[in-house]
Amino acid sequence: MTMAHPAPTPAGLFDCREAWARTLEDLAEADPRIVAVVNDSVGSSKLGGFQKRFPERLVNVGIAEQTMVAVGAGLANGGKVPFVSAAGCFLTARALEQIKADVAYSNVNVKLVGQSSGVAYGELGPTHHSIEDLAWLRPLTNLAVLVPSDPWETAEALRWAAGHDGPVYIRVSRMPVPELGVPQRRFAMGKAEVVRPGSDLAIIACGTAVHLAVAAAERLAAEGVAARVINMATVSPLDLDAVMGAASTGAIVTVEEANIHGGLGSAVAEVTARRRPVPIEMVGFPGFLPTGSVEWLFQTFGLSPEGIATAARRALLRKAAP
Amino acid sequence: MTLPNDPLPLIRERALWMRRRAFRMVYEAQLGHPGGDFSAIDILATLYVGVLRHDPANPADPARDRFIMSKGHATGALYTALAAAGFYPEDWLDTYMQPRSLLNGHPNRNYLPGVETNTGPLGHGLPVATGIAIAGQIDRAPFRTFVLTGDGELQEGSNWEAAMTAGHRGLASLTLIVDRNRLQQGAGTEETNGLDPLDDKFRAFGWHVEQVDGHDHAALLRTLGAPVGARTKPLCVIADTVKGKGVSFMEHKAAWHHGVPNADQFDQAMKELA
Repeated sequence: MTMAHPAPTPAGLFDCREAWARTLEDLAEADPRIVAVVNDSVGSSKLGGFQKRFPERLVNVGIAEQTMVAVGAGLANGGKVPFVSAAGCFLTARALEQIKADVAYSNVNVKLVGQSSGVAYGELGPTHHSIEDLAWLRPLTNLAVLVPSDPWETAEALRWAAGHDGPVYIRVSRMPVPELGVPQRRFAMGKAEVVRPGSDLAIIACGTAVHLAVAAAERLAAEGVAARVINMATVSPLDLDAVMGAASTGAIVTVEEANIHGGLGSAVAEVTARRRPVPIEMVGFPGFLPTGSVEWLFQTFGLSPEGIATAARRALLRKAAP
Repeated sequence: MTLPNDPLPLIRERALWMRRRAFRMVYEAQLGHPGGDFSAIDILATLYVGVLRHDPANPADPARDRFIMSKGHATGALYTALAAAGFYPEDWLDTYMQPRSLLNGHPNRNYLPGVETNTGPLGHGLPVATGIAIAGQIDRAPFRTFVLTGDGELQEGSNWEAAMTAGHRGLASLTLIVDRNRLQQGAGTEETNGLDPLDDKFRAFGWHVEQVDGHDHAALLRTLGAPVGARTKPLCVIADTVKGKGVSFMEHKAAWHHGVPNADQFDQAMKELA
């Protein structure tokens, strides 16, 4: 299902959790089956408003992620449409077997919402970073893995998830981002969005990284390089046509606020390695990260316009001299 | 569906048939978990004949009572119970563990009607059952949710998270049955990571606890079939059972957790299960 949506007004930066909370309340107003399940995360999930409006439909199991996800599966069995919302690091790591067996393998109507995803917790360190989630969840059959890039896309992904009968994982960022500002947008699960055309190489990004990819493409344009920017909001199932189109430019850069081992870059490489091998440069995090603020981590590990442009130049060199 | 007036003769007959059929499945596949099947079969026969309100023709009926087999490896018990209840034809049992069979070594709800959730890894059934009971609580729906765990399985911490939640929320429609055969895969529960006093543990978590002979159909029927009534706590039924119950050379033997019979053992068991 796709929904026409007016283009957003590009004004300031937004915490995508606001879009999540507002959208969930709207959805819950329209569909009495919708419930929220949390692990003492009402505040960090911005669900105070939901709790006030729908107190009986807010299930707080306390600090118990395994039970939180399993309770979601049980609520779905009982006819509810549960949105299980918790910090992405604990939701996906602590409850991974529940996500695998109770949700994905059982193929039930549970929506998993990983809040404050990526390195949003900055200095709190690798225990609180959720950068392995894409690697863990991408192989799970039946589970759609969505990484929206801005408030509009976050809201649209949630609306799609609410209407889809099946398991979904959605990453919600707390890092302030602008609206992407693409005119006439439509959200379609499994379909990539070309944010900027170009045929010298393609930059495939998801989530917060899409904004940086656009800025990188602007730098490259000043050097006479036309970089296509693709917003791959659905990391699984991957849009194979978009990846093959990217491969046809002869060079790809992937960018993600995630561990590069098993994330979006790996997903792209799985496709191109089999169908059309091209040079790929992967921008993301290499593993457990040192202490630093979100901004410092992004800068240090190349998640910046210049970092991505540098990776693009490397990819172009490899394209020219394989 | 309506329950029989005196279900006990049918429960006895069903349990015997399930033991024979399950053991034949395990013998033919040379795979399975017959010791745990036999400790659980009287509980399942009682539930499916005399307790659960469900309609095999409409397995997704929102008003149905739910049963979750948390010890998902005991497929001999579960698959025979569902076939006998009419969820699918008995001849499906012939395919047990065969390539692409709907009857996997652990149950899959997407293949088999009557399976509520996919189990296999331990400690998953009670938390999911807790969620089902919460849905019923929100809707003030009268259906009940039953879940059967092994006893060794209670070493998984996820059970205790859910036990806290169920106790905290007063999920009276939730019944946990513990198949207390005191043996896990490799040894006794008490020498591995002791569970006793199990009744006190559940009471401390806010549960009402009953202890029954897990092979006494009348006692099981009385305990499991009793209406929720004025009870405000979830119910834990500790069913004292015997691993391998019904076959002399299997009883109380951990080796029959996933042991499989040879031809002589199969013939001997069929003689005893008559």
